Amino acid sequence: MVYLDNSATTLPWQEVLDTYQQAASAYFGNPSSLHRPGVEAETLLGKAREAAASILKVKSSEVIFTSGGTEGNNLAIKGTAVEHQNRGKHLITSAVEHPSALEAFAQLEAFGYEVTYLPVNKEGRIRPEDVENAVREDTTLVSIIHVNNETGTIQPIEEIGKRLAAYPKLYFHTDHVQGAAHVPLDLGKANVDLCTISAHKFHGLKGTGMLYIKDGTVLSPLFHGGGQEQKIRAGTENVPGIAAMAKALRLAREQHTKEAKRMYELQKYLLQELEKIDGAQVNTPQTGAAPHIVNVSFPGLKPEVIIQALTKRDIHVSTKSACSSKLNEPSHVIEAAGLGQERADSAIRISFSFETIKEEIEKLIDVFHEIIPEMKKVMGA
Amino acid sequence: MKNIYADHAASAPVHHEAAKAMMEAMENNIGNPSSIHHYGRKARMQLDQARQQLADSIGAAVDEIILTSGGTEADNLALVGYAKAHKDQGSHIITTQIEHHAVLHTCERLENQGFDVTYIPVNQYGQVSLEAVQEAITDKTILVSVMHGNNEVGTIQPIEEIADIAQANNVAFHTDAVQSYGLMPIDMKQTPVTLMSVSSHKINGPKGIGFLYAKKGTKLMPFLTGGEQEKKRRAGTENVAAAAGFAKAVEMAVEQREERAGFYQQLSDYFLKCLESEGVRFELNGAKEERLPHITNIFIPNISLESFLVQLDLAGIAASSGSACTAGSVEPSHVLSAMFNDPNRSASSLRFSFGQGNSFEEVEQIAKEIRTIVHRMNSG
Ligand SMILES: Cc1ncc(COP(=O)(O)O)c(C=O)c1O
Ligand SMILES: Cc1ncc(COP(=O)(O)O)c(C=O)c1O
Repeated sequence: MVYLDNSATTLPWQEVLDTYQQAASAYFGNPSSLHRPGVEAETLLGKAREAAASILKVKSSEVIFTSGGTEGNNLAIKGTAVEHQNRGKHLITSAVEHPSALEAFAQLEAFGYEVTYLPVNKEGRIRPEDVENAVREDTTLVSIIHVNNETGTIQPIEEIGKRLAAYPKLYFHTDHVQGAAHVPLDLGKANVDLCTISAHKFHGLKGTGMLYIKDGTVLSPLFHGGGQEQKIRAGTENVPGIAAMAKALRLAREQHTKEAKRMYELQKYLLQELEKIDGAQVNTPQTGAAPHIVNVSFPGLKPEVIIQALTKRDIHVSTKSACSSKLNEPSHVIEAAGLGQERADSAIRISFSFETIKEEIEKLIDVFHEIIPEMKKVMGA
Repeated sequence: MKNIYADHAASAPVHHEAAKAMMEAMENNIGNPSSIHHYGRKARMQLDQARQQLADSIGAAVDEIILTSGGTEADNLALVGYAKAHKDQGSHIITTQIEHHAVLHTCERLENQGFDVTYIPVNQYGQVSLEAVQEAITDKTILVSVMHGNNEVGTIQPIEEIADIAQANNVAFHTDAVQSYGLMPIDMKQTPVTLMSVSSHKINGPKGIGFLYAKKGTKLMPFLTGGEQEKKRRAGTENVAAAAGFAKAVEMAVEQREERAGFYQQLSDYFLKCLESEGVRFELNGAKEERLPHITNIFIPNISLESFLVQLDLAGIAASSGSACTAGSVEPSHVLSAMFNDPNRSASSLRFSFGQGNSFEEVEQIAKEIRTIVHRMNSG
C-alpha cells in the first residue's frame, strides 16, 4: 500500500491511539463536573491545553478546542465578522482558500457583508501589498490560508502580518491546517490574531482541532450552551480526543525537526521525475511550497481515470481537496492561478507524510511512465 | 473504599465494545470518507453503516441523520438553523423554562437577533402542560422546542402529544432527546417530530459526536459551511471512528433498552427506599412516574450543596448539583427555580444518575453516606 493522500487525512500514530484509549477509560468524567472524575478529566484537559500552547508558543488561555478545521475556520471568520459588524462589514480573503473558509464568506455575503477576494499569481501566491491596499476603514477581518491544501503554496503570512500590524483594529486569521505539521508558523512573528489547526492532518484523530485566539480578540461564538472553552465554544469537551491531539502535535514537531530536510529532498526528486513524464505539468511552485504536497496536471486526461489506475496498483492519491473531490469540478485554486482550464480540470494531488519513503515515490513514477503514455494514446491527447 | 460514579447524566463511561469499535476504525480505516480512492470508499462505507444504525434506532431514513460534534451542536443547529431558514415565515419560537442551556442560551441569542421566544413555565413536577403549548402558538410561530427527558430532574415531557399539536398548527417541532435517547423509544414513523438532538457520550459512546435528526425536506441554514459533507448541512471531515463507536453504543443501547431501563429504574427505586430506611429527610424533585429511570434528584432540607458534594466526593461518591455544564460552579438551578418558587430548594438539591456499572450495594452505600453527612452537618 502506498498512501499518498496525507493532505486529505493521515494515519493516526500508535502512541496517539494509546493516549486516546487511556484517556477514554481513565478520564471518563465530564470536565465541568465538580467531583473527582470530573476534576481529573479537567486536569487532563488543562494539561493538554498547556502542552499544545507551549508547542505553539502561546498562552493556554489562547487555545480553544474545536471539532476540527472546518469549525475553526467558521468560528474565526463568522465569529469575528458578526461580533464586529457595527464597526464595519468588509472582509478580505484570497481566491485560493479552503472551501470551509470560502463557504463561510459566501454565507456572510448573503447576510450583507462585502468580501474582497485577492487574486494570486501563477505560483498561487498573493502579494502582501495587495492585502494592504484592500484594507478599508470598515474592514474588520483578513483571513488568508497559510499552506494551500491543493498546491502546497505557502502564503507570505509573516509579511502580511507585519503590514497589518499598522491596523490594530483589524483581525488577522490564518488557516494553518496544512502548515501545522510541515511548515510550522511562528504565531507571534506572524502577528496573527486567530489561527486554525486540525488534528487529523498530523496523525491525530478526526473530529478534533484548535483555534488560537490571541488574548484581547473578541468573537461571537457559534455554539451556545454550557460555559465550556471560556464560553467561546459550548459543548462537552472531547477530552480523550484533545489529549490525543496534544500528543500528536508534539510528535509531529519532533518528526518535523528530524524529517523536514528529507521531505524537501523527496519532493524535489518527485518534481524532477515528473518533468520527464510526457505532458505532465506541475502546479506546485518550485520554491515556497510546503514539502508534503505536489500537484500535477495531465492536460487532456481525466484525473479520475488516473486515480483509478493508480488505485489498481495500490497507490492512493487524490484530485484537489477531499471535501470536493467527488465533484468533477475544476480546481478553483489552479483556475485562480491562471494556469488554464485544462490544467484546472486535470489536476492530481500527491501528498506525503513523515513516513513516506523514496521507494514509494519511485513506484509512483514507474506507474506514471507505464500508464500515462497509454492513456494519452487512447484519449488522443 | 470503592469509588462510586453516580453522575452518568453528565457523562457515561465509554462501553468497552464501543471503544473497541472505535479503536478498530482508527487503526484500520484511515481514509477521508470524501476521498474517491479505496481508503476513502472504505471509510465512507463504515460511515454509512454507522449512519444506518443511528437511523434504524429511531425509525428514520439515513439522510435524515446529520452527524454533529455532540448534543450542544445539534441543539444549536436545530434552533438557529431552522429559525434562520424560516424567518420569512415568522419570528416566534416556543420553548420551556427548563431546557438545557444548549437550547436556552441559543434562544436568548435568537432573541438578540430579532426572534421572539416564549418560555413556557412548568408545574412543581417539572411538567409542561399541553394547553400552555397550544395557547402559546400564534400565527407567527415557526418552531416549538420541548426537551424529552430533563437532565436535572428527569421529568419526561409528553412529546408525542406536543408533536401532534405542533403538526396540527403547521409548526415544526424540535426535541432535545440527549438524556432520553436509548432509554425511551421513539419512532419517527409514528411521531411527527421535525428535529431531534442526540449525544453519544450520554449512552456510553465516545465524546465529541452526536446527531441531529432532521425530517426529510426540513430546510436548515448550516452552521459549519465548507465541504459537501452531511449533504451540505454540516461541513467538516467526518469523524468516522467516533461514528463507529457511537453506532456500536447505539446498537447495544437498542438491544438492551428494556433491560437497562428496568435496571436503572430498580436502582432509583431502591435508592429512595434506602434513603427512607436510613431515616434521611428528603423530597423527590421531578415527576414520580413520568421520569427518566436513571435520574433521581432529591431535596434535603437545610444542607449546603457545595460542601455536601465535596463530602460525598471525599467519600468516593461522584454526584452533582444538576447540569454539569454550568462549568465548574454551583449556580442555582434554573430547572428547580422554574419548578419551585423557593431558592432554598435549589440550594439543597442533589442529582444522582445511574448507569451500567452501578450496583444495589453501591446505591445502599450512597444512602448510608448521605445519612452520615446529614448527621455530621446537623450536629456541626
Ligand atoms: C487548508 C484546510 N483547511 C481546513 C480544512 C478542514 O479541516 P477538517 O477536515 O478538520 O474540518 C482542511 C482539510 O480538509 C484543509 O486542508
Ligand atoms: C438535555 C441535554 N441537552 C444537551 C446536552 C449537551 O450535549 P453535549 O454534552 O454532547 O454537548 C446535554 C448534556 O450536557 C443534556 O443533558
